[in-house]
Amino acid sequence: MVYFPTYMDAHAAVIKEGKAMGSPSKEMLLDWYRQMVLIREFEETCHQLYEEKRITGVYLHLYSGHEASGVGSMAALRKTDHVITAYRDHGIALILGMDPKAVMAEMMGKKTGSSGGKGGSMHLASKDHNFWGGYAIVGGHLPLAAGIALEARYRGKDDVTMTYVGDGATNNGYFHESLNMSAIWDLPVIWIIENNGYGMGTEVERASGQIELHRKAEAYGIKSFGRVDAQNALDVYAVASKAVEYARTKGPAVIEHVTYRYRGHGVSDKQYDARDDMSAELREWMDTREPIKILRDCIESKYGDVGDVLAQHRDDAKRIVAESVAFAEASEMPSSYEDLLRNTYVGSELVYKTEASVGAGID
Amino acid sequence: MAARNIAMREAIRRALREEMHRDENVFVMGEEVAYWQGTHRVTRGFLEEFGERRVRDTPISEMAIGGAAVGAAMAGLRPVAEFMTINFAFLALDAIANHAAKVRYFFDGMFKVPLVYRAASGWGNQATASHSHAPEPIFAHFPGIYVGCPSNSLDAYGMLKASIRDDNPVLFTESIALYPKPSPMPEDLEEDYLIPIGKGDIKREGGDVTLVAYARGVDWALGAARQLARDGVEAEVVDLRWLRPLDMELVYKSFKKTNRCVIVEESLPMYSFGGEVAANLQENMFDYMDAPIKRVAAEDVPLPYSKDIELLALPNAQKVVDVVKEIL
Repeated sequence: MVYFPTYMDAHAAVIKEGKAMGSPSKEMLLDWYRQMVLIREFEETCHQLYEEKRITGVYLHLYSGHEASGVGSMAALRKTDHVITAYRDHGIALILGMDPKAVMAEMMGKKTGSSGGKGGSMHLASKDHNFWGGYAIVGGHLPLAAGIALEARYRGKDDVTMTYVGDGATNNGYFHESLNMSAIWDLPVIWIIENNGYGMGTEVERASGQIELHRKAEAYGIKSFGRVDAQNALDVYAVASKAVEYARTKGPAVIEHVTYRYRGHGVSDKQYDARDDMSAELREWMDTREPIKILRDCIESKYGDVGDVLAQHRDDAKRIVAESVAFAEASEMPSSYEDLLRNTYVGSELVYKTEASVGAGID
Repeated sequence: MAARNIAMREAIRRALREEMHRDENVFVMGEEVAYWQGTHRVTRGFLEEFGERRVRDTPISEMAIGGAAVGAAMAGLRPVAEFMTINFAFLALDAIANHAAKVRYFFDGMFKVPLVYRAASGWGNQATASHSHAPEPIFAHFPGIYVGCPSNSLDAYGMLKASIRDDNPVLFTESIALYPKPSPMPEDLEEDYLIPIGKGDIKREGGDVTLVAYARGVDWALGAARQLARDGVEAEVVDLRWLRPLDMELVYKSFKKTNRCVIVEESLPMYSFGGEVAANLQENMFDYMDAPIKRVAAEDVPLPYSKDIELLALPNAQKVVDVVKEIL
């Protein structure tokens, strides 16, 4: 069976309401294209580097295929809003404007990495971009999102917290508890369920009693903005814009993004994605639902030939990613005990044993 | 200095209340902390005084309580999140161990997590197996978090204040048996009375044997010391107060004098506080050791309901006395 839900109520809503929601400008669309080709280039390069053992971590979850989900939804945010996600976090980091050099250096565990080589692929973050991180325990970041959103409510700000969560995590206790808490406290969170059809190797319909995942919102009295074709950045943007406005003043919102992962759960799960029916399914998605092509077609249908600009963005992406690899490979590895111990605690460099104490330094 | 006897729950309430007045970012969240006035009455009167914004009832959602406190702390607030009892904090172990304790490290210092988890802890009162734990050592296993466990009112006051003001996450356990127990607090105590994180305390001086304990174990150790004194044995009681960091220097100082040590704890014996202290002593104080290091802990069973066998499972002063006599 080819995974391809056809039921897209939010898509229909977008088409119907059309202009009422405000169309993105030409500049915005071109910039989305820039972001999407940068992500694709970055992720495919990561994949290559992993194959060549130049990236050595066991976990590397690529965003290829998901680009429109992140690009379209984050375009609805303003600078003071917050973003948090799980471990498929490279694309989110790049969309927010994190330096690809620091991100690539983190993949390679270098000192110059955005987390100093301590976090790796799954733990990118940037305080300067209000990016609260990628998290590695399925669902573990969801209550953190509630807490971050609580800070805004507590201080009377209307900043929202955009929270990405995979389809698999919607079956976990963290999802239930966090959505419920966001409802009773009217927290300004947009819970974006990135439904790529599989929680690791398990199809959504084998893992969830309710396969229209956005409908789980009803259980908590949360407003659902429905299911969106997340290969189409414009649809994603239109729905996200409505949800963000709602969350700012009212409370939590849920959106289901239907998308697809091109590189499996993680780079190491070759066995699963090498199955014949999987490769047929992947081919169909790439042929018919390719997010970069959909965006390009949209831009060209609206604005005619912008081939030069798009080509420039593709060239830039190649150059930027190549530079990030060169930077990362030239960077130093953390290697000292000081590197190892630093930042376990605030105000202490010591972890296990000192002459005076065990467990942490007494300054 | 004039002192007045105050129950530990009153001292904790006072510390928390003063910190909420001192810092607008400090707020309380947990099950039944607001309208119910706190299951253990620690937050009695808080809702009326501070309002719903800062005194937040949560659903019965320990994972969300544990994790929302992390997010709020990262974002700049200073949550004091209450687990009704430490038994329920097992449900939040991932939030505590994988997130509160590690967020700072895996983002290499990008964020601070200034939160306090408060939890009532301890065995007894026929609460039955699943509601009878003193599992502080489990939480103290993880680098990135501090663990504090006071044994009297003044310590609880100064330790909780230090925990709230610290920029690191702290798990702060409050022994249910000690909540109603009065102990002296100076009448002119300053609001900035803080007990540094990781600093232990000598609760009784003596030269013959060192009794190392924390929280309720300190009561048993002091009771044993009084009994032993009648036989002419002077025990020194070291209250470590914090399980992480662990003030082993204080233990070593005492041990160099007494050359004998018995470790007393309310919790289970395997992979325990006693094991940790004993291991450090033998590694670092071997030359001063005149007798085997001994431990007194709960029996290695889930705690039963029926009173007589429940008491049989628990440590007490007499058990400590008996073990001390084995090594004199």
